[in-house]
Amino acid sequence: MNVSAPQHHPNFDEGWDDPAIAARRKKTALQVMLAVITALFFLFTIAFLIRAQYPDYESLAAPWQPLANPWLLWVNSGILLLASLSFHWAVVSARSENINATRDGLYLAGFFTVMFLISQLWLWQQLIALGYYVNSNPANSFFYLFTGLHGLHLLAGLFLWLKTLREARGGLPLSLLQSSVALCATYWHFLFVVWLLLFSLIVGDQATFRAIAAFCGF
Amino acid sequence: MAYAEDAERETLHHPKSFWTKYVWSQDHKVIAIQYSLTAIFAGLVALVLSALMRMQIGFPGALEFIDQNAYYQFMTMHGMIMVIYLLTALFLGGFGNYLIPLMCGARDMVFPFLNMLSYWFYLLSVIILMSSFFVPGGPTGAGWTLYPPQSISAGTPGTEWGIVLMMISLAVFIVAATMGGLNYVTTVLQARTHGMSLFRLPLTVWGIFIATVLALLAFPALFVSAIMLLFDKLLGTSFFMPAMVSMGQTLDYNGGSPILFQHLFWFFGHPEVYIVALPAFGLVSDLISTHARKPIFGYKMMVWAIVAIGVLSFVVWAHHMYVSGMNPYFGFFFATTTLVIAVPTALKVYNWVLTLFRGDIHLTVPMLFALAFILTFLNGGLTGLFLGNVAVDLPLSDTYFVVAHFHMVMGVAPILVVFGSIYHWYPKITGRMLNDTIGRLHFWITFIGTYTIYFPMHYLGFLGMPRRYYAYEDYDFIPQSAHDLNSFITVVALIVGVSQLLFLFNLFYSYFKGKPAGGNPWKATSLEWLTPQTPPAHGNWGEKLPVVHRWAYDYSVPGVAEDYVPQTVPESEAPIHDKGI
Repeated sequence: MNVSAPQHHPNFDEGWDDPAIAARRKKTALQVMLAVITALFFLFTIAFLIRAQYPDYESLAAPWQPLANPWLLWVNSGILLLASLSFHWAVVSARSENINATRDGLYLAGFFTVMFLISQLWLWQQLIALGYYVNSNPANSFFYLFTGLHGLHLLAGLFLWLKTLREARGGLPLSLLQSSVALCATYWHFLFVVWLLLFSLIVGDQATFRAIAAFCGF
Repeated sequence: MAYAEDAERETLHHPKSFWTKYVWSQDHKVIAIQYSLTAIFAGLVALVLSALMRMQIGFPGALEFIDQNAYYQFMTMHGMIMVIYLLTALFLGGFGNYLIPLMCGARDMVFPFLNMLSYWFYLLSVIILMSSFFVPGGPTGAGWTLYPPQSISAGTPGTEWGIVLMMISLAVFIVAATMGGLNYVTTVLQARTHGMSLFRLPLTVWGIFIATVLALLAFPALFVSAIMLLFDKLLGTSFFMPAMVSMGQTLDYNGGSPILFQHLFWFFGHPEVYIVALPAFGLVSDLISTHARKPIFGYKMMVWAIVAIGVLSFVVWAHHMYVSGMNPYFGFFFATTTLVIAVPTALKVYNWVLTLFRGDIHLTVPMLFALAFILTFLNGGLTGLFLGNVAVDLPLSDTYFVVAHFHMVMGVAPILVVFGSIYHWYPKITGRMLNDTIGRLHFWITFIGTYTIYFPMHYLGFLGMPRRYYAYEDYDFIPQSAHDLNSFITVVALIVGVSQLLFLFNLFYSYFKGKPAGGNPWKATSLEWLTPQTPPAHGNWGEKLPVVHRWAYDYSVPGVAEDYVPQTVPESEAPIHDKGI
């Protein structure tokens, strides 16, 4: 390696304000952020697996419990999947330089996300009406904690979505819009996967958690 | 192009008024100073609290307002402020903010607005924490570890408001640290200047970078435990709270696991030690190399040691829990990993010493602090090997031996680096040198004083003197000599505490009256000393970014007249010491 020649770092350009570089930086920041959120939900999962082994844990999906038939959770999962797919459509449309379809994809994604949040709140209301409060059982506590935190992450995502939508309406150069939409889509796909994990924890039974915990050695 | 103008505004927000320049600033250097001053203020509060605690231990009952509750509140707030709100904030928010963009050759952090937000969230967290002194019941007295069930049960001071404010403050701090951390990591990875490969970065940047990664991955554990404990406290859940009778009444809690909290807490708590230590390792490496006029010994080894320590710091947490009642087999695993993490740590100490070996050592104030760090860290580290072993830890657990150990290794040692680094970089930050005489006086009082405080505590620990006791009278196993020693330690602690005013005075006095420093008073090689202006102007580098041709440690290169070659000097003008980097 000839060290005397200046090495132009592939990720750097003299133009500090070059939008393409800004997009790359945002991508790195999102990846780091996803790692942080992964750590957060991973630790919640570990805490859940430990606490769920105690005898007082009573799964909300046990045969006599309100989520024995978790159809509403499936419906909500479907809605969130639609939000994720809408983002995917927006990404594909942006790549093929179809601004109108990109905008439509964004609108749909936002709509389905808000639908999901409303539906989750409705589920909360149902459970509270049945007397399943946050402190009645550790399973309930984790249910409200998980769905609440996941919802807050989606709410935070909606700010990004709003910003991207404004960019899409405000005539942002297509290359930049592509990157913004792609970042949003990655975040939503990620939160969909997180939701599937949380869903499985909410409806899983104690024997399964004991087996997982035993397998992991705790 | 309209968007380019937008981007210009977004990325380099040129301040126009006093408010945008000094208050709502997006300049990493101003934010660094804001972070540092806030952290130092919090640290001074914690210092006063420690002096009050020492008064109670050394001269029981001398200050009537220190009752049991006040003592535990002082102890808790002292610990939490020092670890989180002083050291973490100062190393990452202060030094990280100031030095990362300058050492990488960037114009600023990559997300200046987020950076500004990070500081204001940090300030908010400090305000929330400090407000707990003024609420009914006062701040929490649960100890900085905040273990449930005691932390939220009646009888512990501050269970009304204090503990809630502590949890909220921590959660806000974590949000602030995450926003800052995203910036530091992305700036190091994506905004280095031409020629600045990762292995040409000064070790300061490496230390802060890896510490930031640790913070990003470990703080979620504190966040999880804080949120779940808040649920237990405010909503009556039983995540951590077991079924229990308190003050004759059966509580509504049922079946929670206090040990789960301990695991979560220490999964954060041990990496936290390295969140504080790794930046100190990095900074001190640069101080030693610069003031010994020698390339750092084993640069790559030092980098990989930082990375290895970072990874291993996630698998040693339960060595804080040997007496918690966890599965005894865990002890074997965690004792082993604790011994393993000592290897890269020891390697760093050897390399610092080997850097000094046959160096042209200038005993400047920063160098004095750096040398004192090596001694103090070595001492604290060795007692860590004692405590990392289950059989030795059991009798020493919860004694003053532990207090001595952790104060040496993660209290005094990092703060010595903080002082050394401030003496080292103050000329760049202000354009003036700190007063040398006051600096030396400050150093000797602090170094000898802290040794005099903490070294005898090891003996108190051997005697079995327990920590976290409000009063030590009337225990047969604590002899009169231990009480005398406690009084002595208190006197020294007060002297050391008051002597910090010298440092504050120096900061203030030298800002106006200090000797003008010039751009590079220490004749150092790294980029921050090569800015066109001192202090660096907004945007740091004027028209053109610097171009890097070599690592940051070309000191005393054979055949070169000067004993240092800055990173921007091409090989055609001066040979490169280590071509492999």
